[in-house]
Amino acid sequence: MQAWRVDVVVKPDQQDPMGGSALRALRAAGLDGIDRVRSRRGYLLARELDEAQVRRFAAAVLCDPVVDECSVHAPGATAASPRGAAHSVAVVPRPGVTDPVAHSVQKALGDLGLPAVATGTYKVFDVHGRVDGARLLQAAKKALANDVVQDVLLDALPVGLPGASPAPDLAVHAVPLAGLDPVGLERLSKDGGLALDGAEMAAIQRHFAGLGRAPTRMELETLAQTWSEHCKHKTLTGNVRWQGRTIENLLKSTIAHVTRTLDRDFCVSVFTDNAGVIRFDDEHSVCIKVETHNRPSAIEPFGGAGTGVGGVIRDVLGTGLGARPIASTDVFCFAPPDLPATQVPQGCLPPLSVLKGVVAGVRDYGNPMGIPTVNGSVHFDENFVGNPLVYVGNIGILPTARAHKQVHRGDAIVALGGRTGRDGIHGATFSSLELHTESETLSSGAVQIGDPITERKVMDAVLRCADLDLFSAITDCGAGGFSSAIGEMAEGLGADVDLQHAPLKYQGLAPWEIWISEAQERMVLAVPPAKLAQLLAVCAEEACEATVLGTFTDSGRLVVRHAGTVHADLDLHFLHKGVPVQTRDATWAPKALAEPQLPPERDLGQALLAVLGDYAICSKEWIVRQYDHEVQAGSAGKPLCGVRDDGPADAAVLAPKLGSLRGVVLANGLNPRYSRIDPAAMAECALDEAMRNLVACGGDPDYTAILDNYCWGSTRDPQALGELVRATEAVCALALTYRTPFVSGKDSLHNEFRTPTGVIRIPGCILVTAMSVIADVRATLTSDCKRPGSLLVLVGVTKDELGGSVYYKTKGELGAQVPRVDHGLGRDVLHGVHRAIAARCVLSAHDLSEGGLGAAVAEMALGGRLGARIDIAAVPTASGVQRPEQILFSESQSRILLEVAPDRLADLRANLHQVPFAVVGEVTQAKELVFHRDGKVLATVPLDAVERAWKRPLDLDGTLAPEVAR
Amino acid sequence: MTTPKVLVLRAPGINCERETQHAFARAGAAPSFVHIRQLLAAPDRLDGFAALAVPGGFSYGDDISSGRVLATEMKQALGERILRFVARGGLVLGICNGFQVLVRLGLLPCTQGRLDEEVTLTHNLSDHYECRWVTLRTTKSRCAFLPPGLTLRWPAAHGEGRLVARTPALQRLLVDEGYATALYVDEHGQATERYPQNPNGAPLGIAGLTDHSGRVLGVMPHPDRSYLPTHMPDWRRTQLARGTLPEDGDGMVVFREMVRVAAAEG
Repeated sequence: MQAWRVDVVVKPDQQDPMGGSALRALRAAGLDGIDRVRSRRGYLLARELDEAQVRRFAAAVLCDPVVDECSVHAPGATAASPRGAAHSVAVVPRPGVTDPVAHSVQKALGDLGLPAVATGTYKVFDVHGRVDGARLLQAAKKALANDVVQDVLLDALPVGLPGASPAPDLAVHAVPLAGLDPVGLERLSKDGGLALDGAEMAAIQRHFAGLGRAPTRMELETLAQTWSEHCKHKTLTGNVRWQGRTIENLLKSTIAHVTRTLDRDFCVSVFTDNAGVIRFDDEHSVCIKVETHNRPSAIEPFGGAGTGVGGVIRDVLGTGLGARPIASTDVFCFAPPDLPATQVPQGCLPPLSVLKGVVAGVRDYGNPMGIPTVNGSVHFDENFVGNPLVYVGNIGILPTARAHKQVHRGDAIVALGGRTGRDGIHGATFSSLELHTESETLSSGAVQIGDPITERKVMDAVLRCADLDLFSAITDCGAGGFSSAIGEMAEGLGADVDLQHAPLKYQGLAPWEIWISEAQERMVLAVPPAKLAQLLAVCAEEACEATVLGTFTDSGRLVVRHAGTVHADLDLHFLHKGVPVQTRDATWAPKALAEPQLPPERDLGQALLAVLGDYAICSKEWIVRQYDHEVQAGSAGKPLCGVRDDGPADAAVLAPKLGSLRGVVLANGLNPRYSRIDPAAMAECALDEAMRNLVACGGDPDYTAILDNYCWGSTRDPQALGELVRATEAVCALALTYRTPFVSGKDSLHNEFRTPTGVIRIPGCILVTAMSVIADVRATLTSDCKRPGSLLVLVGVTKDELGGSVYYKTKGELGAQVPRVDHGLGRDVLHGVHRAIAARCVLSAHDLSEGGLGAAVAEMALGGRLGARIDIAAVPTASGVQRPEQILFSESQSRILLEVAPDRLADLRANLHQVPFAVVGEVTQAKELVFHRDGKVLATVPLDAVERAWKRPLDLDGTLAPEVAR
Repeated sequence: MTTPKVLVLRAPGINCERETQHAFARAGAAPSFVHIRQLLAAPDRLDGFAALAVPGGFSYGDDISSGRVLATEMKQALGERILRFVARGGLVLGICNGFQVLVRLGLLPCTQGRLDEEVTLTHNLSDHYECRWVTLRTTKSRCAFLPPGLTLRWPAAHGEGRLVARTPALQRLLVDEGYATALYVDEHGQATERYPQNPNGAPLGIAGLTDHSGRVLGVMPHPDRSYLPTHMPDWRRTQLARGTLPEDGDGMVVFREMVRVAAAEG
């Protein structure tokens, strides 16, 4: 359908930042010969408008009167090539991909009193210089677009808007299973993208044989969604044969067992709702959830990460009877950004593109939502090349009295928010399959693009309805869409749904597609009939679409119709309990690794700069600054600290109730590299690191809840599953000692990438997120040194534990002696340091993790723009630790470096009780780090060298690292 | 003294309404939320208030350009009405996205006393959103409620904050004739166009504007995120140096002064 085109371009005498960044991106993609790039924004307006209307709209709305100029082109007019440009590339959303801007353009048409006709948008980059068109197109597809969701046109512009969709297939399709042998069943599952295994398909075959009929396509799709690994966690809730015994329901007998055993009184709701809920004060509770969105982010980093953020926000919004999201966290694992192109397998995006896309996706969803992103970390390992990890977390606050929900028979089923399209069909089952080289093209239907403003409207509407007590239960539409959300809410009752009135983005969807679509920004509410009218009225005021889809019943059946015709009639008991329990084998044998025989370190200063310049340790400021960490005005401890706001913070501190000093401290721990040596070390160090970070900022270790988020390579391989079991046992044992209950968790267990030459498997990772409640945020700390003359006190014991360290990594080694946690010492360090901080003995504190003492002291000094003098002979060590590089770079756990005023040392000692500690140095005015042994100087490192080394690796705009002194 | 009533505007994508409301309440005002749909349905409601606040956020996703869609929605029914509201003594504050909306409505800088888009707030030179604390110096401006000569630290958090006037001469006039209320300054206290002290590259370092009457204020950085002492990024150093925390953070002055002026006149 041909349409009007409006081209908006920045005036020649004005700056064009979008053109500038396109130029940098194309050059970074290896394209030479470009002189400059000018950007254009394009709009398509349906031809029902006349020229005067188009011109009026363009001048009033599309074109900025100060910096832009625009041109209007009649439907069917050919695009004139831009003056002087060698080529132009247009980036256009593919048909069916969400285009939020087009919706706003449509709204603005109506606001101006014009017909609100169909609209579309695109971007154009006019490239000046000597550039080959074919190479430009190639580069633009990677650097300026993602061709999974966008078309890139060379020297052409989109000709019009998509026409009407074909009529939908409304037929009920029976899928005969009778007589199929196991091979036939598995083929059916594979061809249909159902991701069900032979035993599961056989169970479905038996069930329907008993009913004497074939399942419908919708029934089969519903079972596939509900039984997916993503929704059901079949591996972790299954049985495992391990070391001569069978563990029944791994999750229940490990993680949940810890929580049950500890039985902490601050737990309000655990493992039953969308998020874990703990008590905040007499009136309110806080809830927390962390999810992964790995697969979608591998295929389309921007959309995948953004919709991951959107999804976990909805999880919190749908907790209890509605929680207000107050903060987000994010933790990423990528391949190193400088991984040579030859090591990026076909079908994988370059790691730097993934990193930039993921960061932009989190930014462009979280910021418009008005939820601060306050805490996170980034990790690097070559094996994340095909499976980047994107952990997204959200924290909410809700009245404790409204922490539980209950659907009632007769409640209306109400869908809120975004419209349903084909986006994300088969997302839940897709995430349960391994990726391979064709995934990028095969699975593009599983990609979603977010629309945060629609979600913001949903949030505003839900929270107003919650305040008015207008619904009896709520959940989000995540994986599996309506099928999972309504199916879960109906468990123990029943539901009767008619999809005819479900609002659609475009026509042409078959009923089963509406049912399982994973279109974003949707919630499902159970609404008592007496409150329905008021709920719909509030939603209308908030400009949030709300539609009644049916009624909860007590039939025990999930009945789904379209215009009255039954498309599914499933027994809810079979749906939720019918999945066969898996039993898997798990084995573990220690890896044959050895400690490297390195010569004594010759230049300790250079070694420190190399450690600080490793991707694992370097400044993440380029990322942090793109997130809004201040919105909602709850921030009392920021991600960056110190006199120039550039020191790294260990944890975030929030005071979420405006006007109250009561607070939440949030931290995380993860070290994938340790998993290459021993997954048990990885797991317990993740917990210890999360707790150290939390305590160093003032969190209370005795009022802390934790979350476990697993990402594993494969669990079908007994060795890999054994690593998971071993890691789980380790983290659970430590959690019991630390008395930290798990309140929520999630797993993503198939992070493998198949290439023609083999399988790339991620190192097994458990991210531990820790959340503490404190009485007064004024008793919290930052890591930057405050005063020259203060003492630097190291708490804990330094051991010969360089295995998996960043120091070894800088030498190209892995090692074997990976850090382990001494449970009793670890507990005493956390509690001792917390007592000392509560007694105001400490001016600043920083946990020792990657890079050990060397990195910690460097970061503290840099944050405060002060120096430090460290006597390595004073460091409390285990026997056998002699060499300076061991003392400086060992990553032994349970260590925290404190800055203490000299006159507070006695108080500190009194509060630390029996915990080993020593004064290891002092803060100095001179801006340099001096490491000495009993007065003999081993290295002197100027602070500006520290800053350069630490900031340069991820200085992606070239604005962070200071100029080299001349 | 009366308790001034403040209308805190809500709209799809506006997301700083709660902190704006709390800051006004803390300053002694009586703030209440009104959704744009309610206000458009009954524009007379504005007349019952002493002040209008348009909070920050991403109204309608900042689609097309920041604040444009909300300004378009408001213009016909509310543009002239807000002008009359100001002429009758009303005060208006726009923070970040709210400032962008006021600029698109032509309410700022409004040098000629009529609705006209004389300036724009456009893309940062970095071409991306960024959140950082900046240092501002308030000027001797027309603004009735932002005292001159203050050095303030507020957080900036925007992707389209570069204030560009229709002509360089107008840009200069904004500073010379008291329309520019706050400037990004460097470590020497001098107005700067240099990144990162000036986070967006605005010529002459202009961070905020008032109108000809001095009763409308728009600022890109956020006083609504810096009004409590624990909002300040370096409050622990302040606490160490003074032994205690001050009563307010640096952003509170705007709310206190606005409420003081409104109460004195009301």
